[in-house]
Amino acid sequence: MAIRLQYDNNTCEIGVYSKLTNAYCLVSSTSGSTNFFSGFASKLRGVIPIVMTSIGESGTIGTLCVGKKNGLLLPHTTTDQQVQHLRDSLPDRVLVQRTEEPLCALGNAIACNDYFALVHPKLEKETEEIITDVLGVEVFRQTIANNELVGSYCSLSNKGGMVHPDTKVEEMEELASLVQVPLVAGTVNRGSPAISAGLTVNDWTAFCGSDTTSIELSVVNSIFKPIESHPDFVIGDLRKPFIDTYV
Amino acid sequence: MSVMDQQSGMFKVQQTIGSVLCCKCGVPMPPNAANMCVNCLRSEVDITEGLQKSIQIFYCPECGCYLQPPKTWIKAQWESKELLTFCIKRLKNLNKVKLKNAEFVWTEPHSKRIKVKLTVQAEVLNGAVLEQSYPVEYTVRDNLCESCSRFQANPDQWVASVQLRQHVSHRRTFFYLEQLILRHDAASRAIRIQQVDQGIDFFFGNKSHANSFVEFLRKVVPIEYRQDQQLVSHDVKSSLYNYKYTYSVKICPICREDLVCLPQKVASGLGNLGPLVVCTKVSDNITLLDPRTLRCAFLDARQYWRSGFRSALTSRQLVKYFVFDVEPPVGEATVGGQKYALSYVQIARESDIGKMFYVQTHLGHILKPGDQALGYDIYGANVNDNEMEKYRLSVKNGLPEAILIKKCYDEHRERKQKKTRSWKVKKLPMEVDDSRGRVDPEKNEKEYEEFLRDLEENPELRFNISLYRNKDYQESETASMTDGEGAPSVPIEELLAELDLSAEEEEDDDEEDMAE
Repeated sequence: MAIRLQYDNNTCEIGVYSKLTNAYCLVSSTSGSTNFFSGFASKLRGVIPIVMTSIGESGTIGTLCVGKKNGLLLPHTTTDQQVQHLRDSLPDRVLVQRTEEPLCALGNAIACNDYFALVHPKLEKETEEIITDVLGVEVFRQTIANNELVGSYCSLSNKGGMVHPDTKVEEMEELASLVQVPLVAGTVNRGSPAISAGLTVNDWTAFCGSDTTSIELSVVNSIFKPIESHPDFVIGDLRKPFIDTYV
Repeated sequence: MSVMDQQSGMFKVQQTIGSVLCCKCGVPMPPNAANMCVNCLRSEVDITEGLQKSIQIFYCPECGCYLQPPKTWIKAQWESKELLTFCIKRLKNLNKVKLKNAEFVWTEPHSKRIKVKLTVQAEVLNGAVLEQSYPVEYTVRDNLCESCSRFQANPDQWVASVQLRQHVSHRRTFFYLEQLILRHDAASRAIRIQQVDQGIDFFFGNKSHANSFVEFLRKVVPIEYRQDQQLVSHDVKSSLYNYKYTYSVKICPICREDLVCLPQKVASGLGNLGPLVVCTKVSDNITLLDPRTLRCAFLDARQYWRSGFRSALTSRQLVKYFVFDVEPPVGEATVGGQKYALSYVQIARESDIGKMFYVQTHLGHILKPGDQALGYDIYGANVNDNEMEKYRLSVKNGLPEAILIKKCYDEHRERKQKKTRSWKVKKLPMEVDDSRGRVDPEKNEKEYEEFLRDLEENPELRFNISLYRNKDYQESETASMTDGEGAPSVPIEELLAELDLSAEEEEDDDEEDMAE
């Protein structure tokens, strides 16, 4: 089940202030209260590391960086201390890399899962190579519903993806064949088309902005199939004694 | 694929609009700016919020006007376009939304309610455009408008009066003027119209109405006028003056068919015309024709009033002549569309057949031996005109003995014995003022009959006025049998053309008949 969250008071664009991957979760350190952090922690504590950080002087880390299971790309505004802090906090197999990309809102320009990435058509050639190297994904230059900011209007996991509601059927088929996961056109936060701002997902959890209606939530659940209560290796741990008993 | 794409030969992928779920109710729908279905959007926002749903308007039952605050009264029919415009203008805050449609919802006229259904559009939630229709109820309250309430208090309260006068012995000009006024609807704003000796008084509630009426008169007859004002009341504190205005309008006393002896100065000014001339037409200028040379001249009002001469003999002094011989024309001329031929004729007065005259006339084209004609008997008349006297002394051969004015159709008319005409004219609602001079109804009727006869005989006169079909008239067999020799009458084509204009009125009449 996807979980509704809210950043500070009444800000439901949680995807802007957080970055969730299969291996780690980044949470903005600029939040006035700890509610935002504890919302993530309730679901992820003990499973993956949750790191509080900011990028440059900004707390909108979700729009500024892009990351996956085995890599994290940071914009050139990131300070050395922040890069070092992230390197220290994240697992060793996660490569942390700063890019010189002029489109420094990487989170808005790039949408990816662990195998494929859709990027802004005007992204630098070098950045494209860095994405391939660091994140280990195939890169496609695309637009979604005539928007170049593919990262804003699309949320991808390894199980599925949600795109801008205006996306045409043919375009959706094309995107689905590129990223090789089922896609759905949908909205979050009571009709907002900015998908990644209101929704942050990995393969087993999903967090939505607090304005998201139950209808939207059910669409999110049906496409991303988050696990009911615990991530799968927790279940794997539980399963052992059962199997022991029955065998 | 659009036409332009086909022309440029570009390949274009066909695009199908997908469907998303409405974020509130989950109904599949094509995506919109709010990503909410129309019903949910409506329940979410009410764009008619803050718009007026009921409002009071004031209506004057006397004149059928609606009050447009602060002071304007607008005349509008029930459920008319004007009323709809007025109703919409009365609504406040309507500029916040975009008005798409407005229509009346039928209400009982006695209910004193007007209902208008408005359809408005407004932008809601991230630019989604929502359309919504809602009824507005107008409560109509009766309230007399300023002019009506003033009229109610004292119906005779006029502000400006136009005193139209012509100092001649007959009323023919006024009969013609009445028809012109009716045709142009010039006196529709007159509060009261009063027939007085030698003229008509028009009373208006507003100075500008009187002004425009005088302007109208100036265009149709040669007039001279002066304006006077009388102080009625005066508010010293706010320096307000309340006047009554009077326009004294004088119509030139020269009428059609009058004989004029031009003063020496005027005659030389017109290239030594006449000086014995016949007035053939009076409109905004006067047409004068010299019957002995067929020369003509036009005098406009200003030129006329500079000298202000009067006619020597008027149409009441016309005498009947018998025509015995008409010589072939010696000259022809066309004046203002009217043809004249100069001939010598031998005539004798009806009263004294023994005395024959051999005179020149401009009616050579219509007169035949045996006809009757009307003319001025200068030989026998006792002319009381200084100019004429001066002229008589200055010429060696003496004055012409007679001047013929028109052919006389009395004989034919008597033979036909036509009581009613196939057409009729309208009349102004005129009151008769007996206080200053007794009006002889018999004389009046006779003059009116003469006027109608003139209309029949003179198509040029008919040109400017509206004739209506007379429904009481039954065409007699004898009338239809008469040949072209008979007295002229109004051709039915002219009436038919007028019938079209008054078709609605005719229908109304029919309905009334049915009701009876």
